[in-house]
Amino acid sequence: MGVIRGEEMVLNIGPQHPATHGVLRLQVRTDGEVVSQITPYMGYLHRCFEKHCENVTYEQVIPFTDRCDYLSSMSMNFGYVVAMEKLMNIKVNDRVEHIRIVMAELQRIASHLLCTGVFGLDLGAFTPFLWALRDRERILDLFELTCGARLLYNYMWVGGLSHDIPVGFVESTFEFLDYFEPKVDELENILAHNKILVERSADIGVMPKDVAISYGVTGPNLRASGVNWDLRKNDPYSIYDRFEFDIPIGQGIKGTVGDCWDRFYVRILEIRESVKIVRQALASMPKDGDVHQSLPKKIRPPKGAIYARTETPRGDLGYYIESDGSPIPYRLKMRSPAFTALSVIDEIGAGWLLSDVLAILGSLDIVLGEIDR
Amino acid sequence: MTVDFIYDLLNDLLPSYSGNELLLIIAMLLPFFALFGFITIYGFGVIYAELKVSSFIQDKTGPMGQGYGFHAGKWGFLQPVADGLHLFFKEDIIPSTADKPLFILAPFLIFIGMFVGIIAIPFGEAIIISDMNIGIFYILGIGSLAVIALILAGWSSNNKWALYGGMRSAAQIISYEIPAGLSLIVVILLASSLSMQEIISYQSGGMFNWIIFDNPFMPIAFIIFFISALAETNRTPFDLPESESELVAGFVTEYSGARYAFFFLSEYVNMFVISSVATTAFLGGWQSPFPNFLNTPSWSVFWMIGKAFFLVFIMIWIRWTVPRLRVDQLMHLCWKVFIPIGLFNIFGVSIWTVLRG
Repeated sequence: MGVIRGEEMVLNIGPQHPATHGVLRLQVRTDGEVVSQITPYMGYLHRCFEKHCENVTYEQVIPFTDRCDYLSSMSMNFGYVVAMEKLMNIKVNDRVEHIRIVMAELQRIASHLLCTGVFGLDLGAFTPFLWALRDRERILDLFELTCGARLLYNYMWVGGLSHDIPVGFVESTFEFLDYFEPKVDELENILAHNKILVERSADIGVMPKDVAISYGVTGPNLRASGVNWDLRKNDPYSIYDRFEFDIPIGQGIKGTVGDCWDRFYVRILEIRESVKIVRQALASMPKDGDVHQSLPKKIRPPKGAIYARTETPRGDLGYYIESDGSPIPYRLKMRSPAFTALSVIDEIGAGWLLSDVLAILGSLDIVLGEIDR
Repeated sequence: MTVDFIYDLLNDLLPSYSGNELLLIIAMLLPFFALFGFITIYGFGVIYAELKVSSFIQDKTGPMGQGYGFHAGKWGFLQPVADGLHLFFKEDIIPSTADKPLFILAPFLIFIGMFVGIIAIPFGEAIIISDMNIGIFYILGIGSLAVIALILAGWSSNNKWALYGGMRSAAQIISYEIPAGLSLIVVILLASSLSMQEIISYQSGGMFNWIIFDNPFMPIAFIIFFISALAETNRTPFDLPESESELVAGFVTEYSGARYAFFFLSEYVNMFVISSVATTAFLGGWQSPFPNFLNTPSWSVFWMIGKAFFLVFIMIWIRWTVPRLRVDQLMHLCWKVFIPIGLFNIFGVSIWTVLRG
């Protein structure tokens, strides 16, 4: 390929296109099917969240964090409350910590399910997508049971939670996990080892270690490149250090380390690890403890700044919060993982065919709500 | 059901009009309307099957309804009707930058290509509209008309996605006609005829006389033909021309309403035509799988449609199971895998035929 060169054509993929996972515009230069340059244009979903946060109280920031990465709202809540509790020196009780971890890991499963399903959809496999959504639905039901919302929860509050878990939640969650574990194998069988999917994703869009690190790519995308980096292990927050789980990294089973297949497969392995964590957290959850126990009467952090990071399903989520002593944040900045993941698209996507570019985009698992904020 | 047969029948029934030109026209129109009715019913049936089979595979219920009237009917039976009505009542949009005559021509052309193919399909010993002596060759040839329609649609839309879709489909369909033709050549070698009816009569006497079980090379030929058929009908895993996650909707991106319905229907009709060819060439056509069991002329329609529908069902099954190939992998499969195997097959079958005597 590439010997015969034709006239180059500029093609706009998006903002309305089924494969861009939101409103993203990729301007690609194509020579026939071969893509020589990819320029992502974002901002179609920009809602000025960071600026808005400077005009609302600290409690009112939480719904904004929900709406950033709308596929993992719990994890976005989690990152914010971890940062705020660090800033205000609040220690929450064990029950709250356990519930938070259960929620965050269930959210990770839900998010990864959607990602793996959509990756299949990008490659033309429609059925696994609906299977994944069917199982994700069960997780959303659990969330609905807990806080009444299915997508935007506003569940984790600074110093506690909005509600305690309802009666029967633990049993329903165990029941779900028992139902779910065979379904992961099913999903893996129909997708990961499918000959066509392997042909389409192995050795495609290889992201070497150094590229991943220099672009600041984090999360499953970084781990797929063979870097063992997970904040839950490397910089434990909350009570992650109490649980037994492994960090799956890309091994290049079907191709090269860091190809699309690895990025996809790491997520399936992470779903299994999250199931392990949820089981442990549910089993060791203290029976008593008030989830409103450490809730401050008024959130008025001391003057100062804080940067705290957590591991969302998409990678390192950092919150930089600057406080001037008033009940309103002076400045709030998010370091969002999908933004850095998208920035690498030209580096790893140029030179591939049009179909591959969309597979690479799907494997990076971006959420435009969080990129544009 | 040939025109001559109907003409003679009409002449006998209406002696006062005997020899009238009008009877000839009626005799020509009757099979046409029968076919049109068949395609309509088949279209509704296969779209319903697609909806329901995909639902069972995807663990959902699919179209469901209670009672009659404006619901989708019992078990959603009327869903295809509702879909069809919806498409025909939609506003018909022609983009202002489109090449209007070609844009309008393309859906008709593709529909004609599919429709005309059916006349050579035998549904029974006497139930065939035109039993030409080059039937199988005719269907392959007329099927190629679709390529022109797809390129026209892709080019005249004046849309980059449509252009990609049109170019992909042209490359794909032209390429895959070669392995499909190569695997039909071995059938023609065995039956020593291009006529659909003679190929079927070669296979009479139960399922072990079917061409697919004739010799060890034939299952391979059947598989090559079936996969090529998938590619020629633009079905998954070869649905690159209209791959919705890459090319929005490929060559139909700019089409809406009734024109889109023509493209949609012609894909399904094409599936039936190509399945009928596979049935005729490999699976005994309208003959019963067991000798002397339901092997009467009236059952022949059942066997033909039943076998063809089974293949259509497999096509639907495959569509909802596997991902899509990439352009270069598609070409690799065609030119470097199927064509060499197909050529080897011809060689093998020729030797087999000579040795068997």
